[in-house]
Amino acid sequence: MLEIKNLHVAVDGKEILKGVNLHVRPGEVHAIMGPNGSGKSTLANVLAGRDGYVVTKGEINYLGRDLTTLEPEERAREGVFLAFQYPVEIPGVNNIYLLKAALNAIRKHRGQPELDAVEFLALVRDRMGLVKMPEDFMSRSVNEGFSGGEKKRNEIFQLAVLEPRLAILDETDSGLDIDALRVVADGVNSLRNPERSLVLVTHYQRLLDYIIPDQVHVLSDGRILKSGGKELALELEARGYDWVRAAAA
Amino acid sequence: MSQPNREIEQLVQREYEHGFVTDIESDTVPPGLNEDTIRFISAKKAEPDWLLAWRLEAFRTWQKMRAPNWAHVHHHPIDYQDISYYSAPRSPKDGPQSLEEVDPKLLETYAKLGIPLHEQKLLAGVAVDAVFDSVSVATTFKGKLAEAGVIFCSFSEAVQNHPELVRQYLGSVVPMGDNFYAALNSAVFTDGSFCYIPKHTRCPMELSTYFRINAAKTGQFERTLIVAEEGSHVSYLEGCTAPMRDENQLHAAVVELVALDNATIKYSTVQNWYPGDENGVGGIYNFVTKRGDCRGANSRISWTQVETGSAITWKYPSCILRGENSVGEFYSVAVANNYQQADTGTKMIHIGRNTRSTIVSKGISAGHGQNAYRGLVRIAKSAANARNHTQCDSLLLGDRCGAHTFPYMETKNSSAIVEHEATTSRIGDDQLFYCRQRGIAAEDAVNMIVNGFCKEVFRELPMEFAVEAQKLLGVTLEGAVG
Repeated sequence: MLEIKNLHVAVDGKEILKGVNLHVRPGEVHAIMGPNGSGKSTLANVLAGRDGYVVTKGEINYLGRDLTTLEPEERAREGVFLAFQYPVEIPGVNNIYLLKAALNAIRKHRGQPELDAVEFLALVRDRMGLVKMPEDFMSRSVNEGFSGGEKKRNEIFQLAVLEPRLAILDETDSGLDIDALRVVADGVNSLRNPERSLVLVTHYQRLLDYIIPDQVHVLSDGRILKSGGKELALELEARGYDWVRAAAA
Repeated sequence: MSQPNREIEQLVQREYEHGFVTDIESDTVPPGLNEDTIRFISAKKAEPDWLLAWRLEAFRTWQKMRAPNWAHVHHHPIDYQDISYYSAPRSPKDGPQSLEEVDPKLLETYAKLGIPLHEQKLLAGVAVDAVFDSVSVATTFKGKLAEAGVIFCSFSEAVQNHPELVRQYLGSVVPMGDNFYAALNSAVFTDGSFCYIPKHTRCPMELSTYFRINAAKTGQFERTLIVAEEGSHVSYLEGCTAPMRDENQLHAAVVELVALDNATIKYSTVQNWYPGDENGVGGIYNFVTKRGDCRGANSRISWTQVETGSAITWKYPSCILRGENSVGEFYSVAVANNYQQADTGTKMIHIGRNTRSTIVSKGISAGHGQNAYRGLVRIAKSAANARNHTQCDSLLLGDRCGAHTFPYMETKNSSAIVEHEATTSRIGDDQLFYCRQRGIAAEDAVNMIVNGFCKEVFRELPMEFAVEAQKLLGVTLEGAVG
């Protein structure tokens, strides 16, 4: 699914990622953990193709293609989804309208017919239940006036509608209270399947109590210092990150 | 400037679609303006003496006036002696008597602009008056309108056939000496549209006028007069285009609306005059005076404008709320891209009791465009319980453009409530990236965001034109994100 080799990424001329290797197979869930400033969000953004994140060395293979040659919208249509750490507000643009445009752009790319309003609404209602979106959500503008938790739920709701193959969740757990965290995690778990891979970028272990990863990686100062199973997360929770850094030094 | 900003600017680049020139023989008077020019125009139209006298008085008033300099626009002084004040397509007879006699080249021109003048091909329910340079070349559906008692014809015809109505109302809303450009128009206006809706009549179809400037070095000075009698209702739309030329051309129109008791006039404009090229060369100077008089009780005048064209727009469609309980509305989208300058807004003059007004202004600036909202809300002492709500939003694309807001409020009655809200926002790289990450192409994303921004205004437009306006905005901002 996703194979990252010796990836170096610079932002504003400063090297942030300094040789990341990562291999995600179909159906797997990988957690990227690490202290603030370690490069976790840079990894998420470079996968989505955000401007200003320059790959200076290394490669990103996605389904056998060089992901770095694709525009952000092409990546999205190929099934790469980023749940944003800070989802933006777009006043005047209806949530449902944006989502319909997005879904139909993706379906068109896949050679599928566009959904009409009735089919689309049926799909939306079904998926809204997954993350318990409030009813009035449909008539509101994209993320406008949403609480922090609603914004994060909206990201997972979009994920549920767009059904990507590779979903990157950038700090989706931050700013969620424990009930909201459970709702989001339940939603994500229900979307796990053998064809879909997840990369969870997170600062805390608690998300991984609900979404059990296959592998956990510790990212620090632009490199993956340690990888392990789900028990590594618990160890990090108990001991912090310093021992990993000390061991790697 | 950051890379993404440049992308947004590229997305708003576009080509002007209506920039072609129709090769047609015209009678065009040589440039120059004096009393003889006015006598020539008046004679050409076989006008009654009172109208010539009115024009001459306006001209003498204009000669004593100076061009206003308070607007937030910059241009070289206009040489009024270097403009031709009359240009008409030459026709074998005095003029076409029916659509069949209209020069095929003219019909072709309008077809190319998406305005078919053959009635059978027209959008059902829209009557069109087509004004080409200085004259009206065709008016459709006249017969059907006449059945309802509605008069819809060119201004010149109205002067011939309904002189008493023209004389009663001409200049009664915008006096000849109202301002520099209105005085000039009063002296030299050539054609335009005239509508009269009789008492208790709902006009059976949308009325529209399509203005086209074709000839070089000419100005277009049209005059529109709409009178809605007691209890009547009319919806009117105007559209405008011009060829691409390197020199600036002047368009100085006057529109007067009169709404009597319980009458409603809805006036919509989609203005797409040639805006000049991406370096600011050429384009139309659009200096227009539009004013509606809510003369009767419970009357309502609603202005909706989508201003995407012109090098300079100077325009303040206004309402005089004289009748008790009368309502004035102004909904505006103005775009300034490249080197376009827009200084537009409205005046709401509350005189009657319980009068209400609503102002919604959406300004979009891109490239080096400068967009100013200028609005006056005046509550006279007599206007007890008057209400105004103003909302004024600006959207910036890129970081070399400007948005300016000049609200003026004068309240002389303490029972009035006047509200003003203003916001300025920017299409952010973040918003654009968010949409693209969901699979939406950058251009579509900009369109979606801009249309979302303009939604409150677009929903005031008649259906077909709302679609047209959205498309036009798409074209106008095309290339703004790459």
